[in-house]
Amino acid sequence: MMAREKMQILVCGGTTCSDGQGEAVFENLNLEIEANALENDVHVVHSGCFGLCSMGPVVKIVPGNTIYTKVSPDDAREIVSEHILKGRKVERLLWKDPSGNTLVKEDEFAGQKKQLRIVLRNCGIIDPENIEDAIAHDAYAALSKVLAGMKPTDVIQVIKDSGLRGRGGGGFSTGLKWEIAYKNKADQKYVVCNADEGDPGAFMDRSVLEGDPHSVLEAMAICGYSIEAGKGLIYIRAEYPLAVARLRTAIAQAKEYGLLGKNIMGSGFDFDIEIRYGAGAFVCGEETALIHSMEGLRGEPTVKPPYPAESGFLGKPTNVNNVETLACISPIILKGASWFAGIGTERSKGTKVFALAGKINNVGLIEVPMGTTLREVIYEIGGGIRKGKKFKAAQTGGPSGGCLTEKHLDIPIDFDNLTAVGSMMGSGGLIVMDEDDCMVQVAKFFLEFTVEESCGKCAPCRIGNKRLHELLEHITKGKGTLADLDRLKNMCLVIKDTSLCGLGQSSPNPVLSTLENFRDEYEAHVSLKKCPAGQCKDLMEYFIIEENCVGCTACARVCPVGAITGERKEPHHINPDICIKCGACMEKCKFDAIIIQ
Amino acid sequence: METIRLTIDNKTVEVPKGTTINKAAKEIGIDIPVLCWMELHDLNIENRPAGCRICVVEIDGRRNLAPSCATKCEEGMVVRTHTTRVLNARRTVMEFILSDHPKDCLTCPKSGNCELQTLAHQLGIREIPGQEIAAMSTYRKDTSPSIIRDLDKCILCRRCEMMCNEVQTVGALSAVNRGFMAVVAPAFEQNLEHSTCTYCGQCVAVCPTGALTEVDHTPEVLRALADPTKTVVVQTAPAVRAAMGELFGMKPGTLVTGKMVSALRALGFDYVFDTDFAADLTIMEEGTELLDRLNRFLQGDKTARLPILTSCCPGWVNFFEEYFPDLKDVPSTAKSPQQMFGAIAKSYFADKIGISRKDMVVISIMPCLAKKYECQRDEFSEDGNPDVDFSISTRELAAFIKQANIDFNNLEDGDFDAPLGESTGAGVIFGTTGGVIEAAVRTAYEIHTGKKLEKVDFTELRGFEGVRSATIDFDGFPLNIGIAHGLGNARKLLNDVRSGKSLFHAIEVMACPGGCIGGGGQPLHHGNSEILKARAAAIYEEDRNKPIRKSHENPFIIKLYEEFLGKPNSEKAHHLLHTQYFDKKKKIVVKQ
Repeated sequence: MMAREKMQILVCGGTTCSDGQGEAVFENLNLEIEANALENDVHVVHSGCFGLCSMGPVVKIVPGNTIYTKVSPDDAREIVSEHILKGRKVERLLWKDPSGNTLVKEDEFAGQKKQLRIVLRNCGIIDPENIEDAIAHDAYAALSKVLAGMKPTDVIQVIKDSGLRGRGGGGFSTGLKWEIAYKNKADQKYVVCNADEGDPGAFMDRSVLEGDPHSVLEAMAICGYSIEAGKGLIYIRAEYPLAVARLRTAIAQAKEYGLLGKNIMGSGFDFDIEIRYGAGAFVCGEETALIHSMEGLRGEPTVKPPYPAESGFLGKPTNVNNVETLACISPIILKGASWFAGIGTERSKGTKVFALAGKINNVGLIEVPMGTTLREVIYEIGGGIRKGKKFKAAQTGGPSGGCLTEKHLDIPIDFDNLTAVGSMMGSGGLIVMDEDDCMVQVAKFFLEFTVEESCGKCAPCRIGNKRLHELLEHITKGKGTLADLDRLKNMCLVIKDTSLCGLGQSSPNPVLSTLENFRDEYEAHVSLKKCPAGQCKDLMEYFIIEENCVGCTACARVCPVGAITGERKEPHHINPDICIKCGACMEKCKFDAIIIQ
Repeated sequence: METIRLTIDNKTVEVPKGTTINKAAKEIGIDIPVLCWMELHDLNIENRPAGCRICVVEIDGRRNLAPSCATKCEEGMVVRTHTTRVLNARRTVMEFILSDHPKDCLTCPKSGNCELQTLAHQLGIREIPGQEIAAMSTYRKDTSPSIIRDLDKCILCRRCEMMCNEVQTVGALSAVNRGFMAVVAPAFEQNLEHSTCTYCGQCVAVCPTGALTEVDHTPEVLRALADPTKTVVVQTAPAVRAAMGELFGMKPGTLVTGKMVSALRALGFDYVFDTDFAADLTIMEEGTELLDRLNRFLQGDKTARLPILTSCCPGWVNFFEEYFPDLKDVPSTAKSPQQMFGAIAKSYFADKIGISRKDMVVISIMPCLAKKYECQRDEFSEDGNPDVDFSISTRELAAFIKQANIDFNNLEDGDFDAPLGESTGAGVIFGTTGGVIEAAVRTAYEIHTGKKLEKVDFTELRGFEGVRSATIDFDGFPLNIGIAHGLGNARKLLNDVRSGKSLFHAIEVMACPGGCIGGGGQPLHHGNSEILKARAAAIYEEDRNKPIRKSHENPFIIKLYEEFLGKPNSEKAHHLLHTQYFDKKKKIVVKQ
């Protein structure tokens, strides 16, 4: 029997997997283990996200690192009876790449070779609810190193030397931020972890918190020690219940082990962490808005300066770092600043986690060194565009970012390069679009999000974004004019130039960058009243090709508004003034006679 | 003091550290347009949410334009206030704001006095691009007894919110909703009536647009005047005469007492009386109550409640009924002058002219919006007939005079009618912070000590400090007096009273910053505190010019007691001139 050495069955406990049937898979595997009296030899544990979100629920067997995808609860019996007991892999559940080749281990996956996991180092490897497992994977070793012999200024120097920049969107030097907070003397200071992940499609922070919560707690304690703060606060959206639960467990365990609380590891350093809940407002990712929200005030930003490092939570010096930034801290302390600084590009060090989404084969989380090109990310890691379609654009930075096009495919991705081409790193959402996507619709989609998420405090963001959205809507309806494009651009520039916080200062980016890179597409909408991608319903026309039409009358009978006329066995016609573009005729036609143009 | 040198529009300016760009620019004569920003300098009130983005300027080396109202000057900064980039941004933002603002200026109560309108003119906006496809944010209109909220006109300047929360600590208004639908409203978007609002009207006083206005009662007044069966009596509060001239183009601080009387007579009021008379009456009742509590206290009576708190300000009464109901036995039970006047007019005076109270309509002209609510309170009516029928503000009266095409500026000075029109200088100073207590001291001193005052001006009680205190020598007994104006300041004193730490014997509270001269019904000062100072000076001038300056020497007051009331705090006086307070602590009830 295989089960002599201790085996682990890791069941992905990320939200995507566990919301599916992951929980049932976990339970059934446990039942099977019990039924076979293997409790002492095989452990079934929840792990963090594997990053294979489109293939969940995901199960991994260690040793051997065999990955099973799309596991259903009924598969538990076979996994245990075949793999665990007989050592035979369950072929039909094995992970397959887009071309259908079976992949047994993660490292066999081409995309994996380009990846480097620093932030996600323990995700999918440790049991996030077990502090001992975390400690076995070096958790709190960095804190111990810091407390045992480093001065606050030493730690800050290491972080500065590492070149780490904030992963939440701004890209400000983390070490410098800590130094400013350190230099502002006060009786109480705060370390705040910004876990208000709000970009649509981005879930790297959630994955870290769900998969490796101790890495964040440890980094907060290190930051607390460095800036001389005694209190940590994690601002997390209440819509992340699993992350909240794991954090709570982790905090309780860390306190029990003396890794948080009074006199940590006998060093005399006190540090406590509390959780604060956000209601999921995108703008609360902005640090002043986040602080106001934690204070019980309306979640809206205020003018900086003063920066939080000077006057933050309750008016005290406060250092706010994002989850992903904090997850980099311990490895930097343990492996040294030069190790981290050796990864990445000239001015952007380390790795970046991206959430791949959209028209790409492998959607999910990836972590790559800074400087990896978009082409590598999309074609090598992401497995290329779905259904073999043509790549059109990739949106980085979520609603605050811009789109990158074919000409940007070989630019090394880092903070400065993305800004230079009119986009931004943001929190790392990466949405891939293909030839079927209308770029005006894409811009409108992101604007819709910003309009919804603006706090309403300043006029350009509150009203301007609404006006932008209305004008885009106007254009997609075929009612725009060439002059509207100039007006659109002017509004974008003024909103960027005058808005109070980062939200409004970046919200026009999707419009500006699509306008810049796909001007012809906008012009087609306003001048020709055509949508080249065929996405704008109002600009489409259903049309019957006479040669193909046999006059079967099926289309005329299914048309709900009587827009189709014609004699039996004669070609039919669609009256565009009556047609509501429901598409029912096209679906019904067996002769491919109906097309959209 | 550390100073900073910077360049604004190529001019060098040196300012104290911490100065904002718009103030530094003002130093050298550059007026950067502002909208949401507002400052009441002497009252330490500043609103700078930096939300409207109209005042943006270009600063060398900065990526974005900066709001000059909230950006502090830095050494060597180079600022440009009218580059094409700035002008284009300012105009575009203004177009945004106007695109979400109703265009009903013709019938808007703020037209001609609207800061948004003025700015639109200044920036030369002639059309709003894209208006035809622009949605508007619309809200339910809310009418309370005093204030109308028409939030379609709200531009989110947040001034009202700042006044309500930071200055008044009333907490009735705050920003609700997000994005395009963000607006300032009571919690859960309830009506003002279901909120903690005290109707102090300070939100109305600072609102730059027509979003917050008073309920206009002039149509009711006109109806009463037109009814031949009614005898219409009017009373005018002291602060009105010190401010109304501003609405007729006169400079702030111009006293228009005589013209106001003539205008009221021309409008057809049967009797033009003065609330100042009732203010003298208030002093008789409140002063006597003070001395009574003080004497009992000095004799060791533990039940004597000190300090005594003045009770003539209805916003203040609403405030303590809402927030300090446990202290409702502390304020004087004396009614406000407005209500004392109504009670006497509809009893003593109605008897005198031989008509029944239901044939008499009492109108009050007040600097105040809370007075509208006060006169509607149940306890100030008899069989459903209110002592004061309608209260209109200084602004409403001026509009009424203009409506009647009366040439106000060229009116001859008129005199108030007797007997309820005769008053002393003590009654006049009720209109400014510190005035009520000074008037009370003038009378209480002479009654308590039996001595004549050599000097009736107690300058130690005057000024604009939010919380003031003074000790007056009552012939050997040091009487400790506290004064607060603005409800936030009042809260500080009240908290001390609640915790037993207060050392005061008497405290005067006025809900509005500056007292009634800064009331919610006064001509809009648009944030200029010089105007408030000029009005206060006018009030003290009127006091100085009065032949009699102590309430208890008012011959008509003496006569009123002889003929009708007996003596101060008599049973009859209690019945007519005193009231009780209620616990109005609101529970939040969400009404759909």
